[in-house]
Amino acid sequence: MEQLVPTDHPGSLNKRRSGGSFAKKIAPYVLSLPAGVWLVLLFIVPLGSMLIMSLETCSPASGACVMTWHWGELPSIVNLYRGQFFTSLYFAALATLFDLIISFPIAYWIAFRGGRRKNFFLLMLLVPFFVSFVIRTIVWEFVLSNNGVVLHTLKHLHLMPQGFHVLGTGVAVVAGLAYNYLPFTALPLYVALERIDQRVLEAAYDLYASKRVGFMKVILPLTVPGIYAAFLLTFIPAFGDYVNQEILGGTANTMIGTVIQNEYTSAGDYAGGASLSLVLLAVSLVGIFLYARVLGSRTIEQYL
Amino acid sequence: MPDWGLEEHWQSDCNRLPSMSGRSETRSESRFGHARGSKANSSESADVRFEHITKRFGDAYAVADLNLEVHAGEFFSLLGPSGCGKTTSLRMLGGFEEPTEGRVLIGGEDVTDLPPYRRDVNTVFQTYALFPHLDVYQNVAFGLRRQGVDKSEIKRRVGEMLEMVDLPGFDRRQPAQLSGGQQQRVALARALVNQPKLLLLDEPMSALDAKLRRQMQVELKRIQSQVGITFIYVTHDQEEAMTMSDRLAVMWHGKIEGMGTPKDVYDNPTSEFVATFLGASNLLGGKIVRSEDNRTTVLTDSGVEITVPSERVPDLSMTSVKVGVRPEKIDLVPEGSERAPGHNILRGRVRVSTFTGVGNQYIVETESGVEVTVYAQNIGTQFAPRSGDNVVLTWPEEHTFTVRPLVGNIEINELEGD
Ligand SMILES: Nc1ncnc2c1ncn2[C@@H]1O[C@H](COP(=O)(O)OP(=O)(O)O)[C@@H](O)[C@H]1O
Ligand SMILES: [Mg+2]
Repeated sequence: MEQLVPTDHPGSLNKRRSGGSFAKKIAPYVLSLPAGVWLVLLFIVPLGSMLIMSLETCSPASGACVMTWHWGELPSIVNLYRGQFFTSLYFAALATLFDLIISFPIAYWIAFRGGRRKNFFLLMLLVPFFVSFVIRTIVWEFVLSNNGVVLHTLKHLHLMPQGFHVLGTGVAVVAGLAYNYLPFTALPLYVALERIDQRVLEAAYDLYASKRVGFMKVILPLTVPGIYAAFLLTFIPAFGDYVNQEILGGTANTMIGTVIQNEYTSAGDYAGGASLSLVLLAVSLVGIFLYARVLGSRTIEQYL
Repeated sequence: MPDWGLEEHWQSDCNRLPSMSGRSETRSESRFGHARGSKANSSESADVRFEHITKRFGDAYAVADLNLEVHAGEFFSLLGPSGCGKTTSLRMLGGFEEPTEGRVLIGGEDVTDLPPYRRDVNTVFQTYALFPHLDVYQNVAFGLRRQGVDKSEIKRRVGEMLEMVDLPGFDRRQPAQLSGGQQQRVALARALVNQPKLLLLDEPMSALDAKLRRQMQVELKRIQSQVGITFIYVTHDQEEAMTMSDRLAVMWHGKIEGMGTPKDVYDNPTSEFVATFLGASNLLGGKIVRSEDNRTTVLTDSGVEITVPSERVPDLSMTSVKVGVRPEKIDLVPEGSERAPGHNILRGRVRVSTFTGVGNQYIVETESGVEVTVYAQNIGTQFAPRSGDNVVLTWPEEHTFTVRPLVGNIEINELEGD
């Protein structure tokens, strides 16, 4: 009998309901608050301050900056460091290409032939990357140095002229970039390949596709989103990288990341550094935008 | 590429009937009228032979010394509980699995070592396995493109095939936008469009609900009779196998337990597994005591003599046998009735009587304590005992069969399928 009471008082029932729906309405906002605060404090605020900084004019001597609404800073500084932009573009593109070529067979092998030990092989692939980025790069420096294992042995065997060197050239930088960003290429490729249903592949063989045609018509098309995700995840950080160039590269072939670092640290030109950073950011955003347009924004999350 | 000999026929009819739907019986008959006629011509459909096929995975036998012959143009089912080796057998025909021992022959040709793409066989996979990156048209056209059929021809054949499976206008849909039944029909079209000599189907209905299943069974049967090619159909559903097949084989633990037309296998099962898996059976253990005049007498463990026509005893030298009768073959008659000539009888008392609409199901406890199930049709004229009544069970000798008793047990889940 008591359970029937609420129906006699529809008012009280409604009140309870609307109270519930209010809590329901605000719940998502409450839950997203930590992430929202994080995003605003650590992403929006720095981004805004960088944008503002790029419009200021800084004194190289004191490092003090004043707002001058100097919109001309952007085109002029991009023009000034045009060469370094192209070098970065070139090195990052080469490194990404090598990474794709190197990691595709690895990812393919683990995904299709790894059997029960897939996770073990993936771990093996990642183990070197548990070491810090800078230390890894310095080890590369040892490996590639004139008296390092590789060159010394090759020269000793007279397979390489005595004067040959790698360190301090673009080759060393590209090699370093390719090495350091390999997991960012291999993992999205692995995810894409691993998701391919073996039965779909069997269906292709059943429908008169040879192994090669099956690869071209089924595996490759189904891996395209993974390839693009791998490309973005490798190319964008490699494009802005300065560690590899500073440790492995010479004084020539300066990359844009090094320029930005110098602008902030030694030159004290915060406005210049901020402007160049914004251009880098813009390039990355264009890449992501194209990805979303071509492959659908839904697929990107599956690979990150 | 087999020459189906249907090509011109399809073409000329297409011209005549631009808006064919493929649904109406008369139209489809006229469209494919020649298909049946030319079925005997083995250039379009192939016979299949398994010779001593064994497949081991590690130490485990998935298929054990299987011998099988499927005739050209036949609708043949491999029926058996989950895990009995049906899919493995089918995969060896498709070329996805290599037999550990034995030979596979398709159309007289030894294909044991041929890869899938070199076999004139197409498969409808259990999960359909449609290409997720291609639309319906491209899915169906995939095989034709690989074979280098020219564009206009592909367009025509894909169009016709989509009409035949009742999916006209679905060309540009993505597989993810289709229902289970539609995906299944695309998978069927994708295989059939290549006009293979042999079509393999691995539980193609298992993902469909009961109603759609019934509908697709009829549809599939219609399509098979139109195209006239050999179908090998894998299922764990005994009703499906019986309603659709020309012949079927019942598999268990990698072996064939019984093979023949559905009626033969049902009426005269030769193994205890078949008797229990295919429909229901009453089985009584016993020994063969004599065999004369084409009649064999079995003395059951409870001391009753049951007579069986000798041709219904798979092996007269067996000592221990089980003698069986289907529940619908038994008549219930009042207590005290005498044995009619040519009939077997048992005496007992009705324990449970259940009305099922189409009939009554009785569970009768015989004098020796064995329970026997009886189905009686609801035609209102028979003797209708109630529970507790004493009755006599009687059935003609020719509806009795004997089987070799099982070694080991049939697990309950094997009878239910998966
Ligand atoms: N690739 C495989 N590796 C190991 N065992 C397998 C493999 N494929 C099938 N089996 C085993 O072979 C037996 C038959 O399997 P399968 O042919 O799929 O049965 P069904 O299709 O009748 O359900 C099962 O016991 C299964 O576990
Ligand atoms: Mg199976």
